Amino acid sequence: MNQLFQEAIIVSILAATIRTMTPLLFSAMGELITQRAGIWNMGVEGTMLTGSFAAYIAATTTGSLWLAVLAAIVAGALMGAIIAFMTATLRVDHFIAGLGLNLLAGGLTLYWFQSYIQGRAQPTFSGFQDVAIPLLSDISVIGPILFSQRALTYVALLTVPLVWFLLYRSRYGLELRCLGENPKALDVKGLSVTARQFAAVMIGSALTGLGGGFLMLGFSDRFLADFTAGRGWIVIVALIAGNWKPKGVLVAVIAFAFLESLATHLQVLGAPVPHQLLLALPYLASIGLLMGVRFRSGQPTRLGIPYKRE
Amino acid sequence: MSTALRVEGLTKRFAGVAANDDVDFDLRPGEIHCLFGENGAGKSTLSSCIFGFYRPDKGQIFVRDQPVHIASPIDAIRHGIGMVHQHFVLVPEFTVLENIIVGTQRSGWRLNAAEARQKLKAICDGYGLDIDFDAYVWELPVGRQQWVEILKALYLDAEILILDEPTAVLTPAESRILFDIMGKMCARGLSIILITHKLIEVMQSNRVTVLRKGKVVATLNTVETSPDELARLMVGRDVSFAITKPELKPGETVVAVKGLTAHGHWGEAVLKDVSFSVARHEILGIAGVAGNGQKELFEVLCGVRKPQAGSIRLMDEEIAGLTPRCLMDRGVGHIPDDRFREGLVPEFNVAENLVLGWQRNAKYRSGPLINFKAIAKLSREMIAEYQIATRDEKVTAGKLSGGNAQKIIIAREFRHAAGLMLANQPTRGLDVGVIEYVQSQLLRKRAEGFAVILASEELGDLFGLADRIAVMFKGEIMGIVDPRNTTISEVGVMMAGRRQGTTQ
Repeated sequence: MNQLFQEAIIVSILAATIRTMTPLLFSAMGELITQRAGIWNMGVEGTMLTGSFAAYIAATTTGSLWLAVLAAIVAGALMGAIIAFMTATLRVDHFIAGLGLNLLAGGLTLYWFQSYIQGRAQPTFSGFQDVAIPLLSDISVIGPILFSQRALTYVALLTVPLVWFLLYRSRYGLELRCLGENPKALDVKGLSVTARQFAAVMIGSALTGLGGGFLMLGFSDRFLADFTAGRGWIVIVALIAGNWKPKGVLVAVIAFAFLESLATHLQVLGAPVPHQLLLALPYLASIGLLMGVRFRSGQPTRLGIPYKRE
Repeated sequence: MSTALRVEGLTKRFAGVAANDDVDFDLRPGEIHCLFGENGAGKSTLSSCIFGFYRPDKGQIFVRDQPVHIASPIDAIRHGIGMVHQHFVLVPEFTVLENIIVGTQRSGWRLNAAEARQKLKAICDGYGLDIDFDAYVWELPVGRQQWVEILKALYLDAEILILDEPTAVLTPAESRILFDIMGKMCARGLSIILITHKLIEVMQSNRVTVLRKGKVVATLNTVETSPDELARLMVGRDVSFAITKPELKPGETVVAVKGLTAHGHWGEAVLKDVSFSVARHEILGIAGVAGNGQKELFEVLCGVRKPQAGSIRLMDEEIAGLTPRCLMDRGVGHIPDDRFREGLVPEFNVAENLVLGWQRNAKYRSGPLINFKAIAKLSREMIAEYQIATRDEKVTAGKLSGGNAQKIIIAREFRHAAGLMLANQPTRGLDVGVIEYVQSQLLRKRAEGFAVILASEELGDLFGLADRIAVMFKGEIMGIVDPRNTTISEVGVMMAGRRQGTTQ
């Protein structure tokens, strides 16, 4: 292989990394907000799936991609409301609530999809295209990787400092982190733990839903069963790997996105490895990572423990 | 204003049982008023009703003689009521400042720390409190953490302060500082409700209200009463505080610990070079503020925590690092401090708990199957012998009171152990009657020739029961003293980290 070809491949892999990262990043920042509020939302996969389905329906019926984005956000928030009602209001075990949500999302999207197409050929839409930023996108190597991406990619990257600011510099963030560490400390100040957890989960899930929506609008033109294909679980692993810190989660998400785009490229290039194995790469990495991660200092102390006054 | 706070006819029922029954209570401006009573007498329920954590079924609360409706802590805070909870409600990962201001800012996006800092500085200066606002709470010693709790209330302009068992986790010296601060607060016009079951603290208050089984027994001026009278009112009968312990000559050494070192979860040393020995007919007391390595010491001794270095010889056999099962086979009995989590399985019934851990014993099985008949028969014997108040042996253990749960554990361990008995905080949170019972049982084992290791945070108990007292501080033994020629305050000083025989 000549030099030029190699460089083109590397640029292509890295550009794909950034593109693949976008949905994961939205969803991970959403789940980060949720988990820092003490709710372990295991329903990320279902929330993303619902978000992508809502985006598909909105895109094919209205033809507007931005309405589709809005639909994904609303769908995510609604899924969040279900999780919040179960965990924050009814104080159901968080894992059971998430499990239920995933099953619900898998079944409902498929059912709605069937009744939507009613045996017709599935309608398609044309998704987001790259926006080349003038001048910057002309820089060699870096230009095509960083500055010739979908518009929402830039928004996703912007959520990282925004979430950081929210968590560490705003009074809402202090209250949010308090929910995850010791919700009683808010209760004794006379604030409603339930209401705040509810809000956090809905806002977080709206972002998670947006991640699913972008997966649809940026990568596909149609809906398929199990469209998200386990990305929601990768998001949860990214939170653990990133030690529940915005920057750490960003790094983890980029790493997973890199593995995914590497796998796709190796497959296209005809690497002598079964492609199922290549596609399993990010998932294998997460299993290895979860076995290796022992240092969880950033994990919210009361994460996943329903709050009860005693 | 004749009263800062008044409660009239307050009744609160849980599942039909009255935790507070027609309680009248009043707090005068600038006084320290003790709520005194046994566990379950209704002290915490009453304070939770005042702070808005519980809604009373009946009754009226008055603040500064005005009737008020307190439906949640926000109402209590609005009326100037603050509460320092027995188990601190702090976020260790937050700084002092963050703990104090979280949830208090009502407008604006950005955190407004500068203003809060100024207000806090003024409060601290007023009380002579010197605390670093930017220190993380996990870095602070327990006494300072309590200051943070108090500052949280003062920051919200509390004028009525409820302190729930505030000295439970403090050293005697820290307790003295706390009472100094309380005195200053009263001088500034704050009124304090002090919840306690320690007589020595009651005697430092202005007035005392004694609760028994949810009812007010008496409200007295502290100077007009005596510890004996208060104890009688609390329990409802005469109690003897003197423990009669027969003189016994210690026999051969049962257990000898040398240079024991153990690490905690994060690799930090939790036991450092611990050495002692205990003989037959002897009770070794372990004194120390909670969290200074007592729990870890017991865990190593009963085999659930592996020591990093050191030796433990039980009857001349090295047992360090053996599994709990091996140690049980060698006759080590263990009464853990957390009875409902480590002492028994609350979901199991009394009979199952009475043989828990010994189910392999040939007496309790027929082949690979459990012999329920034998267990039931034995359980009924044990229930009678150890006076466990239960309908029968099939009652779920979790439904029993703390005292009866403790009796199950004592019955099981006493029945099966031989030689060494480990008892970690066996009387914690129990009523006076049960405490007397537990103490007499430990003395019985001593008389039978057991070596007993007993940790307690109640120094009075240790002085009554132990033949020698080892004082622990940060995983080390500060010294081993003879209670017959040592005072409680000498031990108190060692609990704060001063070594025996040194002056600083």
